[in-house]
Amino acid sequence: MEEQEEHAHPPYILIWIVLLVLTLAEVGMSLYMNVPKFWLGLGLILMAVWKAVLVAMYYMHLRYEPARLWILAISPLPLAFILVLAVISEF
Amino acid sequence: MSDAAVTTMDRKPMPGMMVYNKKLGMWVFLLSEVMFFTSLIGTYVILRFAHPDHWTDPGVVLNVPLTAVNTFLLICSSVTMVKAFASIQQGNQKGLQMWLLATILIGATFVGVQAIEYNALLGEGFGPVLDLYHAVGRGNPHEGPSLGGPLYGATFYAMTGFHGAHVTIGVFCLIFVYIRSLQGAYTQDSLEGVEVIGLYWHFVDLVWILLFTIVYLI
Repeated sequence: MEEQEEHAHPPYILIWIVLLVLTLAEVGMSLYMNVPKFWLGLGLILMAVWKAVLVAMYYMHLRYEPARLWILAISPLPLAFILVLAVISEF
Repeated sequence: MSDAAVTTMDRKPMPGMMVYNKKLGMWVFLLSEVMFFTSLIGTYVILRFAHPDHWTDPGVVLNVPLTAVNTFLLICSSVTMVKAFASIQQGNQKGLQMWLLATILIGATFVGVQAIEYNALLGEGFGPVLDLYHAVGRGNPHEGPSLGGPLYGATFYAMTGFHGAHVTIGVFCLIFVYIRSLQGAYTQDSLEGVEVIGLYWHFVDLVWILLFTIVYLI
């Protein structure tokens, strides 16, 4: 089953279109919409993370890799949160 | 044991992580890069919380439309890279060479556009060196230069500069892979080199997706 998945081509063009639409939405939201700073930042970061996950899953083929590689790939993220949250509490 | 068998043997997943060693090695390297860029982004977030007055609104100093086009280019280069890999998965060497060349050209264009952007910003005095900084603004010329502060330039050039260096290195690695592909080094059974450079290239695109949003749009 995994052998077949590997040869099945992910929807590369569809993913490309989604990435472009999200990028245009981000630029539009940032430059032309009057959104309070906090919600603007939150919305933009969620869209950016969504795009990053799409690239990792479909272009880096994480979606077709063994679960162990997933765990390896995700492992730095908690450290990232610790770095930011630990220091941001200063302000 | 014939060459093909040996090559296929190379790609047989090793026990443990169940991926072949070259791919595992690239993944572990990319995770160290996640740490690297996380520290840059984390520091940026913290500095911006600490000194919000150093930053201006999106588009006032930095050229967002130009960079949005550049982001579009890098996303396109990810597509050409996966097309290159898909080609060699089917044994199509001509397709591999064509898509690799497209990826190289787009990647080089991305770095070129970034150099043009830097040149314009430095020309306006928006530089990485703290004490040589003076506020510039493109938002509304009638209102005069925007306020902003030296941390803006310092963090901007640190983050986008390191990323630009990663893209440049990626372009050189792609040129190397392209030359090897012209020599027929990659086949349906021997494509690790293409897959591994593809992982790096997509990672560079992934980092830019986050950087573009954080540095230019917020």
